[in-house]
Amino acid sequence: MAEQATVEEVSEAMFKMIRDSMGQKKWKATDLTKAVTELFGERCDKTLAKSAIRELIESGKCVYTYFGGSFIEIPHKEGAEN
Amino acid sequence: MAGKKRKTPQLDQLEKGAWPSFVKEIKTSAEKNPMADDLLGQLERSYEDRIGHWKHGGIVGVLGYGGGVIGRYSDLPEEFPNVSHFHTLRINQPAGWFYTSDVLRKLCDIWEKHGSGLTNMHGSTGDLVFLGTRTEELEPIFQELTELGFDLGGSGSDVRTPSCCCGKARCEWACYDTMALTYFLTMHYQDELHRPAFPYKWKFKMSGCPNDCVASIARSDMSIIGTWRDDIQVDKAAVAEYAKSGMNIQRDVVDNCPAKCMAWDGKEIKIDNKSCVKCMHCINVMPKALAPGKDRGACILIGSKAPIIEGALLSSVLIPFIKLEPPYTELIELVDRIHEVWSENGKNRERIGEFIQRVGMGNFLEAIGVEPIPEMVAHPRENPYVFYEEFFEEESDGSDEQAPK
Ligand code: HEM
Ligand code: HEM
Ligand code: SF4
Ligand code: SF4
Repeated sequence: MAEQATVEEVSEAMFKMIRDSMGQKKWKATDLTKAVTELFGERCDKTLAKSAIRELIESGKCVYTYFGGSFIEIPHKEGAEN
Repeated sequence: MAGKKRKTPQLDQLEKGAWPSFVKEIKTSAEKNPMADDLLGQLERSYEDRIGHWKHGGIVGVLGYGGGVIGRYSDLPEEFPNVSHFHTLRINQPAGWFYTSDVLRKLCDIWEKHGSGLTNMHGSTGDLVFLGTRTEELEPIFQELTELGFDLGGSGSDVRTPSCCCGKARCEWACYDTMALTYFLTMHYQDELHRPAFPYKWKFKMSGCPNDCVASIARSDMSIIGTWRDDIQVDKAAVAEYAKSGMNIQRDVVDNCPAKCMAWDGKEIKIDNKSCVKCMHCINVMPKALAPGKDRGACILIGSKAPIIEGALLSSVLIPFIKLEPPYTELIELVDRIHEVWSENGKNRERIGEFIQRVGMGNFLEAIGVEPIPEMVAHPRENPYVFYEEFFEEESDGSDEQAPK
C-alpha cells in the first residue's frame, strides 16, 4: 500500500489545476475530488480530498463562488461589482 | 431620508388595497436608512424602465463558507450608490421559528447597523432573510451573529437550511418530533451545509403530519412527513357532540373521504382503516373527535423541486413508514447513500428528482440499496397507502393475464 498523500500535497495539486485552467474551466468540489483521486491513485481518497478542499478555502487561497451552482475559484474582483 | 422625499408614483400603486405592502415597509425604513431609500429609487426606475436593474454576484461570502450569502449589485451604481452592493444573507432560523422578543430586537439591531434594515421573516427556504448589505459588512455581521448564537444558512449546491412545522411544540397531530429532527439534521450536516459539494441544492423539510404545513412534498428534495399505521383514534362521545351541534357528518366528513372508507349511520362513525389514505380530512373537520393513530412515525419521500432548470416535481414515496427517534441512524445511513450516488453520478445543477427521472427509479433504488415496493407510486396524488390486495385476489382466480379494465 502506498502511503497516503498529505493534505498540503493534495490541496496544492488542486490549486494548480484551478490556477492553470482559470478562465477556461470552473471546478466544482466533486470535479476536484475526482481529479485528485485519479492523480494520486490510492494515495488519496474522498475524505482526504474533502480535507484538502477545506484547507484551500480556509487558507483563503480559494473561495466558493456561485454561478447557478457552487464552484471553487481563486479570489478575483467580481465582474458585477462596480 | 431626511429632507428629500422621493417621488414613487409606480410603487405607490402597490400600497393600494387592504393587504400589507412591502413598499410601505421600505418607505418606513427609508426615513432612516439610505440603502432602503436608494432601493425605493432603483425599484421605481425598474418599473419605469420595465427591467430589473440588479446584477447577480457570485463570489461574496464569509471566510470558510460557501453558502449563506447571495450576491447582488446594482447596474445603476452612480444613480443609486447606496445599493451598489445589495447582498442578501440567509440566517439559519431556530427550528419551528421560535424566538424571544429580546433576540429579535438584537437581530434587528445588528441588521440596522450593518445593512438596509429590511428583513424577510421568513424566506421560502425557511431562513431568516436579511436583504441588502455591502461586501465589507459581511464579516462584521457574521461575527455579531455568531456572538448572538446564530449562523448563516445554506445557499448554492449544499444542504439548505433544514426547516419544519412547529410539530410537537404546538400541534397535537405531530406524528414525530419535527423540531428535534430538524435540529439534529442541521447539526449533523454542518459540513455539507457550509461547504457545497453536491451537484446542486439539497433541501430537507419536516412536517409532523400529512397536512404538511411546510409544503414539504412540493419543496424539498427529501420530504419527511409524519403519518401513522394503526387506526384513527375516535372519541365517540365527541362525534355525537358534533352531530348534535349541527354538523352534517355525512356530507362534510364521510362523503369527502377520498378513500370512501368511512360510514355514518346517524349515531356512530365507522372507518375502514386499512383503506384510509391518511389524508387528514376527517381529522381536520372533527379535531375534537378524531386523531391520528398511536403508532406514529413518518413517510420519507424524495425528489420535489420548483421549476428552475426543468419542470416542477412533487416528491414520491421512498420509505412508506419509519419510526423517527434519536439517534436516527437508519435515516442518516439512507441519506448518506443517496448523497454518495448523486454526488458521484449527478450532472451539474441536477436535483435529485431530475437525477431519478434520468436514471430511472429502478436503477436509483438499486444504487442506494432499497427494495422496490408497491407504495412507491409515481404520483403522490395516488396515495402511498393504496394497497392492491383486492385487485390481486380478483385476478388470481382467473388467469395470470393482467386483464385491462
Ligand atoms: C433574470 C433575472 C433573474 C433570474 C433568472 C433569477 C433566477 C433565480 C433562481 C432560479 C433562483 C433560485 C435559486 C436557488 O433557489 O438556489 C433565484 C433565487 C434568488 N434570487 Fe434570483 N433571479 C433573477 C434576478 C434576481 C434579482 C434581480 C435579485 C435581487 C436583486 C434576485 C435575488 C434572488 C435571491 C435573494 C434568491 C434567493 C431566494 C430564495 O432563497 O428564496 N434575483 N433567482
Ligand atoms: C413587486 C415587487 C416584489 C414582489 C411581487 C415580490 C414577491 C416575492 C415573493 C412572492 C417571494 C416569495 C416569498 C416567500 O415565499 O417567502 C419573494 C421572495 C423574496 N424577495 Fe421579493 N418581491 C418583490 C420585490 C423584491 C425586492 C425589491 C427584493 C430585494 C431587493 C426582493 C427580495 C426577495 C428575496 C430575497 C426573497 C426570498 C427570500 C427567501 O424566500 O429566502 N423582493 N418575493
Ligand atoms: S404539519 Fe401537521 S403536525 Fe405539523 S403543524 Fe401542520 S398540522 Fe400540525
Ligand atoms: S384520513 Fe382521509 S382517507 Fe382516512 S378516513 Fe379520514 S378522510 Fe378518509
